[in-house]
Amino acid sequence: LRLPETRTDAAMSELVPEPRPKPAVPMKPVSINSSLLGYIGIDTIIEQMRRKTMKTGFDFNIMVVGQSGLGKSTLVNTLFKSQVSRKSSSWNREEKIPKTVEIKAIGHVIEEGGVKMKLTVIDTPGFGDQINNENCWEPIEKYVNEQYEKFLKEEVNISRKKRIPDTRVHCCLYFVSPTGHSLRPLDLEFMKHLSKVVNIIPVIAKADTMTLEEKSEFKQRVRKELEVNGIEFYPQKEFDEDLEDKTENDKIRQESMPFAVVGSDKEYQVNGKRVLGRKTPWGIIEVENLNHCEFALLRDFVIRTHLQDLKEVTHNIHYETYRAKRLNDSGGLPPGEGLLGTALPPVPATPCPTAE
Amino acid sequence: MAAADIARQVGEGCRTVPLAGHVGFDSLPDQLVNKSVSQGFCFNILCVGETGLGKSTLMDTLFNTKFEGEPATHTQPGVQLRSNTYDLQESNVGLKLTIVSTVGFGDQINKEDSYKPIVEFIDAQFEAYLQEELKIRRVLHNYHDSRIHVCLYFIAPTGHSLKSLDLVTMKKLDSKVNIIPIIAKSDAISKSELAKFKIKITSELVNNGVQIYQFPTDDESVAEINGTMNAHLPFAVVGSTEEVKIGNKMMRARQYPWGTVQVENEAHCDFVKLREMLIRVNMEDLREQTHTRHYELYRRCKLEEMGFKDTDPDSKPFSLQETYEAKRNEFLGELQKKEEEMRQMFVQRVKEKEAELKEAEKELHEKFDRLKKLHQEEKKKLEDKKKSLDDEVNAFKQRKTAAELLQSQGSQAGGSQTLKRDKEKKNNPWLCTE
Repeated sequence: LRLPETRTDAAMSELVPEPRPKPAVPMKPVSINSSLLGYIGIDTIIEQMRRKTMKTGFDFNIMVVGQSGLGKSTLVNTLFKSQVSRKSSSWNREEKIPKTVEIKAIGHVIEEGGVKMKLTVIDTPGFGDQINNENCWEPIEKYVNEQYEKFLKEEVNISRKKRIPDTRVHCCLYFVSPTGHSLRPLDLEFMKHLSKVVNIIPVIAKADTMTLEEKSEFKQRVRKELEVNGIEFYPQKEFDEDLEDKTENDKIRQESMPFAVVGSDKEYQVNGKRVLGRKTPWGIIEVENLNHCEFALLRDFVIRTHLQDLKEVTHNIHYETYRAKRLNDSGGLPPGEGLLGTALPPVPATPCPTAE
Repeated sequence: MAAADIARQVGEGCRTVPLAGHVGFDSLPDQLVNKSVSQGFCFNILCVGETGLGKSTLMDTLFNTKFEGEPATHTQPGVQLRSNTYDLQESNVGLKLTIVSTVGFGDQINKEDSYKPIVEFIDAQFEAYLQEELKIRRVLHNYHDSRIHVCLYFIAPTGHSLKSLDLVTMKKLDSKVNIIPIIAKSDAISKSELAKFKIKITSELVNNGVQIYQFPTDDESVAEINGTMNAHLPFAVVGSTEEVKIGNKMMRARQYPWGTVQVENEAHCDFVKLREMLIRVNMEDLREQTHTRHYELYRRCKLEEMGFKDTDPDSKPFSLQETYEAKRNEFLGELQKKEEEMRQMFVQRVKEKEAELKEAEKELHEKFDRLKKLHQEEKKKLEDKKKSLDDEVNAFKQRKTAAELLQSQGSQAGGSQTLKRDKEKKNNPWLCTE
């Protein structure tokens, strides 16, 4: 019996084409801890990085939301020790309170210690000032999403800019009226909707109208209400990176926030020093005195320790969430329909349904 | 002193506003740096050069440690890349260092395709990053960046000029990665020859339009040192992990009968310059250039290759995303179809062969049956024969006993006959008795 072996072998070799030399894909990297003898200089990368970032400068976009008269502009000016926001009390006759919520973004460049920052303050005049305030958060949500959309469009381009201009809202200060009772339905509604798309820092405005006990009780009630309503303000628990972050942020979340602040751009003489403060018949309230109000805490929190983190959470989490949703929504196109003029669903007029 | 970007934004209608006091955002660079430190850094070096030029030794010398790996032989059939990742720590900075080395480069007789595995490897890293970037759910900030940040090209110390293999390879790589050419084992060249060699190499690179990495001179704090270093390229290096006692210190050196070459002596070789430029001054810039120039170029080419164009600002950008996905699925679908076809063919062939084998088996069985039958018949015949023979033997035995019986009877009846017989016997001993 002679089996036709040679024939099948030839047939087999027709099937399998000659193997192309495989591109050398690296094997899974094995991390080996090598001990170093002598100084190499790896830690100089910190200095190199710092040099580069100082050269390119920083962007920061902060939004202030709250009813008119709560001292939003004053607070921002106090935070950045310069006239970066125009007070509504200085508006002339023609610029009355707008009928709908407007979004006004004004940018300034400030420099300190060799660090240049482009600060954009986004004001929302008209929020909560109408008789019927239904859905007044919508223009704000729309604005926030529009910035994400703008960034996404740039990112998806084939020829991209070296540095995509960042207009996304990094931080939203929400001003709570110091009623001393509890949060208002408008406050809850706003924060419920917006806390999912942007970092919200609730702030108790004009805190000099409350005594110390009233203040601490109010803060506790506010914290409780936020928790009950499932509102996660910044720093959000789920984004704590490690144990160190968690303990630090827990302290802030459970004790300090929401910050009860007082703002002022006037200086007075107290104990031989010039301090920012508010002069009343019964004394001078020092803005930067921790016994008087928590402004210094807010300032340190937002600017001196968590500014970069605010930007990173916005970029790595809020923006990515928006992007993922946007890409999923416009998925399902049949292939081969052509690139230009592809019929895509338009950007939804109502804000994107936020993930529940 | 105005940073270019901020200045541009100022031009866009932003006023610069003075600060009335200390705000505190000058801590921003520190905040940023601290985050990066906690995440750790990645740095990936590719060493390209012929076998035996001291690539591994140089890496060991640069990073003051002994990376594992055995020296390669010259008998590799093709060029391959060997990659290893190490975790290094210095003060509070953690670095994930990946060193990729070519194995067998320059050893083959036909070197036409030698550059291909290298280019493919670099592209594969870019592709992996692009894939991650285009994903819907992505984790870019935690992504282990495997893109090659710098390519150290090892030039053999012939003292004459670049080899054509070197020129071809560098030309293919210069648009994909930052190339720093270095002259390996430079203690083989004398000082005067070295100067001429460097000039020759630089002019050849320029004449052939090869773009090597230039240390950046736009930042004032490092412009001067980078500028002078640019003039010293390519660096002539010597690597060594052995220590020799010189004076009263132990230093890394190579000891010859006629003297000792000290690795860290700037008069002997450019090792210190290389370390300074590569690690202590420009590591971050190398990473940035890789990301903003080489990767962007790759991305642009890849997307254009797949047929995308930048649409006007009004139309939606996401045609990029899912048409990329769609094209990719199409491509994968095609591959799958091909695979199916091949599998079908294979199954077909297998069936045919099986059928043949079955046939053969059947034949074998039949033959076996036949033979068995034959054998049985034979056996039967033999048995029959045996039987008949047995019968004969039995019959014979019977007759024999019968005959004997008759004889004994006969002897009794006629005892005289026996006497007679005895007599006869005496007379005739030839008669047989019982």
